[in-house]
Amino acid sequence: MERVVKHKSKLAARRTRTAWFFLLPSLLVLLLVAAYPLWRTFQLSFYQVSILEFPLKPSWVGLDNYRYLLADPYWWVSLKNTGVFTVISVALETVLGLGIAMVVNARFVGRGMMRTAMLVPWAIPTVVSAQMWRWMYNDVYGVVNDLLMRAHLIAHPLAWLSDPHLALPAIIAVDVWKTTPFMALLLLAGLQSIPHELYEASTVDGASGWQQFWKITLPLLKPALLVALIFRTLDALRVFDVIYVMTGTNPTTMSMSVYARQQLVDFGALGYGSAVSMGIFLIIALFATAYLVSLRVELD
Amino acid sequence: MKKRSWFVSLLFYLLLALIFVYLIFPFYWAIVSSLKSPQELFETPVRYWPAHPRWQNYVEVFTQQPFGRNLLNSTIVAGLTTLLSLFIGSTAAYALGRFRFAGKHTVFYAVLSVSMFPQISVLGGMFVLIRSLGLYNTWWALVLAYMIFTLPFTIWVLTSFIREIPRELEEAAYVDGASPGQVLRIVLLPLMAPGLVTAGLLAFIQAWNEFLFALTFTIDNSARTVPVAIALFSGASQYELPWAQIMAASVIVTVPLIVLVLIFQQRLVSGLTAGAVKG
Repeated sequence: MERVVKHKSKLAARRTRTAWFFLLPSLLVLLLVAAYPLWRTFQLSFYQVSILEFPLKPSWVGLDNYRYLLADPYWWVSLKNTGVFTVISVALETVLGLGIAMVVNARFVGRGMMRTAMLVPWAIPTVVSAQMWRWMYNDVYGVVNDLLMRAHLIAHPLAWLSDPHLALPAIIAVDVWKTTPFMALLLLAGLQSIPHELYEASTVDGASGWQQFWKITLPLLKPALLVALIFRTLDALRVFDVIYVMTGTNPTTMSMSVYARQQLVDFGALGYGSAVSMGIFLIIALFATAYLVSLRVELD
Repeated sequence: MKKRSWFVSLLFYLLLALIFVYLIFPFYWAIVSSLKSPQELFETPVRYWPAHPRWQNYVEVFTQQPFGRNLLNSTIVAGLTTLLSLFIGSTAAYALGRFRFAGKHTVFYAVLSVSMFPQISVLGGMFVLIRSLGLYNTWWALVLAYMIFTLPFTIWVLTSFIREIPRELEEAAYVDGASPGQVLRIVLLPLMAPGLVTAGLLAFIQAWNEFLFALTFTIDNSARTVPVAIALFSGASQYELPWAQIMAASVIVTVPLIVLVLIFQQRLVSGLTAGAVKG
């Protein structure tokens, strides 16, 4: 008996060693490309150092970068822009995504084609979609102005990307176009897991479509909806590509990531830029923790 | 299901058509613009189909811009990133999907948290790392940097695939005296093929589309990838962007992606759902 137990634990130890051996390459790579750069960025945030000189000549400034960050109006502007971008784009994407998912969930001719069309905006590189829309938004030759004027929705062409009131909404519209279909696909998977009998039974009981939506669809979709929401929020908080391509580092639309890169690379302020990066990291880490807690990832 | 009246059906199909046009129109517009001559492009009112469609812009992308080189860079970088992620990711997924050991949950959470890192938070440190390894402005700088998002994602998708494969075959192989490495290579990998294709495709698309690292870690066309090239396309003067060329280039990089999506539609959706639900 004792021998069997001993043999078993020996076997378990060997399995453990094998498992770690198989994990080793991935763990080493992640240490090199994730843990080390993150640690290095954290370290650099306490120095004043230029990115242009190699090897680096850092000089210790303690918490000065962080003090400066808290008083930096551009940091607060970029935080506000990112907040507005995140709240509005995620809200629109969720509502529109749910709508599209429910429409596509019905049976109809050409459903396969529709699902393919839904993957097109997602598959197009963000930079490419930003350039496409930038051309469509062109104030003189752009198709957006042309369409809106033909529909008599506007009287004269608008400068979508240079008008400070229009630029951020215009960028949000691009993100909504690109991400809503993806959101819809995620929610569609959730919708399809709701048993059909529930709807049939409630129809027999005389429930209206509206009641079915609030009492059946929404509660049962909640887990999928929550995951998609948090997933999208984390993504929106680090937005860079679409804003950088459409309006560059213009303060009226600049996001946190755009600002951090401007400091790090364009201004070469490796120390201060790193402090900005750590600020972003902290904010996103808060949301990510919420994500992990709400998900309670299950193993085995 | 009860039958819809023709009126409701009509409204429904109108709604579908509207959604379809909304999704496709920007891409359609890029194609139309890429076929126009410069005069026609800068003409008002706008034409919804070119009067004289021409391929000239597609030729000019390769003759007036170093776009061929950019395509080569992107293909090599995304290809190497994908192969490397699949190679080391599959062994990690095997360990996470099949073995029980202390510390598994910690590893699981660590990988998950890396996948949620904002890229910007490592940009400074990554730049220093790449400079000190002497990789600045090379393909390898991007391959290395891209591991930060492709590897966790690959591990995810593959782990969830491995869990769905029945254990009987492996157990039989163990009984026959195979080592864990042999079991992975000979028994599991062929069964994992669909998972490898899905994870590989998603990793390839992510690497192909990446912008922030590519913009920061390259300085000229020796390693510059397609997204950076398209963002930085310049014409004769600062105020004259070569829009027709930009649109031609956009169509060139998007068409292969759409073809991939068409072929692997079902797999992409299931992989994305797994990836999104689990990280």
